[in-house]
Amino acid sequence: MTGSVTLAASVPELILSIGALVLLLVAAWRGDEASRGVSWAAAALFVAASVSLMGAPSHAGSAYGGLYRADAFAGFAKLLIYIASAVSVVLAPAWFSRSGVMRAEYPVLILLSATGMGIMASAGDLLTLYVGLELQSLAAYVLASFMRRDLRSAEAGLKYFVLGALASGILLYGISLLYGFTGTTQFSGLHAAVAGRGLSTGILFGLVFVLAGLAFKISAVPFHMWTPDVYEGAPTPVTAFFASAPKVAAMALMVRVTVEAMGPATDAWRQIIIFTSLASIVLGAVAAIGQTNIKRLLAYSSINNVGFALLGLAAGTPEGVSSVLIYMTVYIAMTLGSFLCIIRMRDLNGDPIEAIAALSGLSRTRPALAAALGMFMFSLAGIPPLFGFYPKLAVFSAATNAGLFWLAVAGAVGSVVGAYYYLKIVKTMYFDEPAAPLEKSDDKLVGGLIAVSAIAISPLGYLAIPMLSAATFVAAKALF
Amino acid sequence: MNQLGFPILTALIAVPTFAAIACLFADAKAARWIALGVTLLDLALGILLWATYQVGGPQWQFVENVGLFGSFGWALGIDGIALMLIVLSVFLMPICILASWEAIEKRVPEYMAAFLLMEALMIGVFAAQDMFLFYIFFEAGLIPMYLIIGIWGGAERIYASYKFFLYTLLGSMLMLIAMLWMANFAHSTSIPVLMNTDFPPHVQTWLFLAFFASFAVKMPMWPVHTWLPDAHVQAPTAGSVILAGVLLKMGGYGFIRFSLPMFPDASAELFWLVMTLSGIGIVYTSLVALVQSDMKKLIAYSSVAHMAFVTFGLFAFNRQGLEGALMVMLGHGLVSGALFLCVGVVYDRLHTREIARYGGLSNNMPRYALLFLLFTMASVGLPGLSNFPGEFLAMMGTYQASSIAGFVAVTGIITGAAYMLYLYRRVAYGPLDKPDVAAMKDLSPRELVLLVPIALVVIWMGVYPESFMAPMRKDVGVVLARTDRAWKGGDAKVAMNAHPKPAHAEGAHE
Repeated sequence: MTGSVTLAASVPELILSIGALVLLLVAAWRGDEASRGVSWAAAALFVAASVSLMGAPSHAGSAYGGLYRADAFAGFAKLLIYIASAVSVVLAPAWFSRSGVMRAEYPVLILLSATGMGIMASAGDLLTLYVGLELQSLAAYVLASFMRRDLRSAEAGLKYFVLGALASGILLYGISLLYGFTGTTQFSGLHAAVAGRGLSTGILFGLVFVLAGLAFKISAVPFHMWTPDVYEGAPTPVTAFFASAPKVAAMALMVRVTVEAMGPATDAWRQIIIFTSLASIVLGAVAAIGQTNIKRLLAYSSINNVGFALLGLAAGTPEGVSSVLIYMTVYIAMTLGSFLCIIRMRDLNGDPIEAIAALSGLSRTRPALAAALGMFMFSLAGIPPLFGFYPKLAVFSAATNAGLFWLAVAGAVGSVVGAYYYLKIVKTMYFDEPAAPLEKSDDKLVGGLIAVSAIAISPLGYLAIPMLSAATFVAAKALF
Repeated sequence: MNQLGFPILTALIAVPTFAAIACLFADAKAARWIALGVTLLDLALGILLWATYQVGGPQWQFVENVGLFGSFGWALGIDGIALMLIVLSVFLMPICILASWEAIEKRVPEYMAAFLLMEALMIGVFAAQDMFLFYIFFEAGLIPMYLIIGIWGGAERIYASYKFFLYTLLGSMLMLIAMLWMANFAHSTSIPVLMNTDFPPHVQTWLFLAFFASFAVKMPMWPVHTWLPDAHVQAPTAGSVILAGVLLKMGGYGFIRFSLPMFPDASAELFWLVMTLSGIGIVYTSLVALVQSDMKKLIAYSSVAHMAFVTFGLFAFNRQGLEGALMVMLGHGLVSGALFLCVGVVYDRLHTREIARYGGLSNNMPRYALLFLLFTMASVGLPGLSNFPGEFLAMMGTYQASSIAGFVAVTGIITGAAYMLYLYRRVAYGPLDKPDVAAMKDLSPRELVLLVPIALVVIWMGVYPESFMAPMRKDVGVVLARTDRAWKGGDAKVAMNAHPKPAHAEGAHE
């Protein structure tokens, strides 16, 4: 493959990384008053990167000597990542400027993080995987402690960093084992080695460690402990970002490692995935019940949802991979929508509030906001006719068709437990007497984004199923 | 297309859906009128549907199928059974709206929107011809009902709303997994196709149990009925009417649409399970109803008992049983709805459902007492009123299937008469010695408009049940054709109109 074709395959990363560097210079030159402009420029870069996905980056195949893969799967995952990142960028200036801490580095960090995520989604080699993951993570650590004078934010950043570093260590150890026992770090080489010589104990150990490291990134049980603390401590726009784009990237990576690199060892990793999936579903559902902070609650909700997405992966079939992508797509809309609603929550002094009790009677003081948040909650619970039902149907279908009947039943039962705490939010908003009123917000942008996500997860979303399933199926086929 | 030239089923669903959205943007007064107008429009469409339905025509009529959603589609179509249940729904809806006219004072637009949404979803359940579309409608009904109970309900409303939601959801999730298996096996999600698919008998048992988990909760059958009394007592009057009138029928509809034709072998095999649960249900809930001090709770328990007649009849595997079960569903929908309205009438005046607080109402509320008596008698199963044909046929069918089950079912009639008449005596007769009860006014014109149409239909159904049974006859035959080969025959050996078999003929087969 010639150099120009190789470069063309990675155009989105080039756009984002070069753009990030230029914007960093702008930020350094112009200072924080440029932050709004930098944010919009970053959003424009995300749009440009998304448009560039239509060309070579989704079709070119292997590039950089097999280190990097530009296929439909990467294209689909990147599109989701860029959309979620762009939303996180544009909603931040208004929020941070209220607290007086908007800095021009924020969009730059998101850009760099998204570049890392793109590399994760395109990884064709364990080392590409690691580089992408670290680029994403380092930017994320800084973002978590973005409000550095805020104790909780600083704590969140530190926690995230220490535990993240531990996970990276575990991951690297796993990579070294895989390299030692197969003699290659390329996914295709691993695939061939496992297919040819079978699964040795050393490879199995390496696989377990790699999966453990990745499970940390998608916050699957038992590596989920950081999630509630970081979600609660990080500034809300950052939390919205953490809950969306990196989840897609890490899930894409998980799919790549399991299906692409370890395809012949499906039976080995399936047990691990089944365990983390069920454990995430159950723990995410049970632990969320007692929460009083809505951000913590959504952290458990994201653990729970990741469990369902893994249920689709456990199938290990093209249908399963496609269902994972469908799940992540709808999950992004639901979770971003929920966080957008939380961003709207401020008391009359303009201070952000996060207590669930503050939502009491919201349906009477702010009916539209309550209706939107109520829709997101029912959708996250997977209750039809909201669109959140469809991805659950897709993963259950994939699991059932792969013969994992009891797994689907267990997941279904788990989703009933999970429904309880989503209902609790709806109950607080609709059944309880109104609490202190929230500040009226006239932020058209956030309102518009809430409306867009609400429409996406409304029954109208079902009309997108043919398109969505066609796209995810093409993406899934790229891995098999 | 269909005999009307426009997609009437979609219209029946779409009209209340859009009206529900419109209600959210209206004020209280406008929302009431929008809701009333739209439910009456849907009633008109429903009557048109009944009028143009060809009895004895094709099995599925008014069929629409648009492959909107990829793996499943917007497939609608009705047979006679679905037709009658849709007509029941659209008939009860305007009555529910009128019943809430004055009783609901807070958050009227949302209330009306929830009810209109509920109507759309109920019609969708009965009209869906795609399994997943059915599931979506079936499940989606939880959301408006959860809100109706939770926002406008009584003191214990929050507990009741959770219980209602989670109970029903758990059952449905198991059904969903079973549906996925079936779709994968049959390579189709179309209900008519699945109704003619022969699933392997050993799998049928599991599938049957998964569907049973959902429908038994919805029905509700003993021992998973406990959500119903809570939900009924806490729901506003109109909510109870819809719950008893239509939502409970979804369970019975599910049995006759899914369980019996799709899993005939498992249905026959698990006959004992259904009969046992129904038998316990009918005896137990009737006795429980007898000692209730809360009017709504009493009627709620009587609903569970009546639903046990339905399950008895459905699993009798003969025409009498099936047709009887369907007639009980229709009759009970009307009568229990009307009884809840009767409770609502006095509740609006005295704000208590305590039976002991009333007494002697026949003195100062003669019109109310008359209508209440009519519905009480209908509920008891008096010949000439709506529940008699259904209950009689269901018992007859049950007896043919199992004489013991038939015996247990009949006790339900006796205890049913006991608790209903006892309720009526305590409320309507006796001395009018409580001053606040004596001050209660008789039915207002609005309340008469609510109750009289139901009373007329109750008499119609009792006197000439053929109008209601004719559209369903052929479809009952379709179900029977599926179940007959699995059913080994009951123990009663009834020889109706048939010549007794010569004794040697049986020996010849052995």
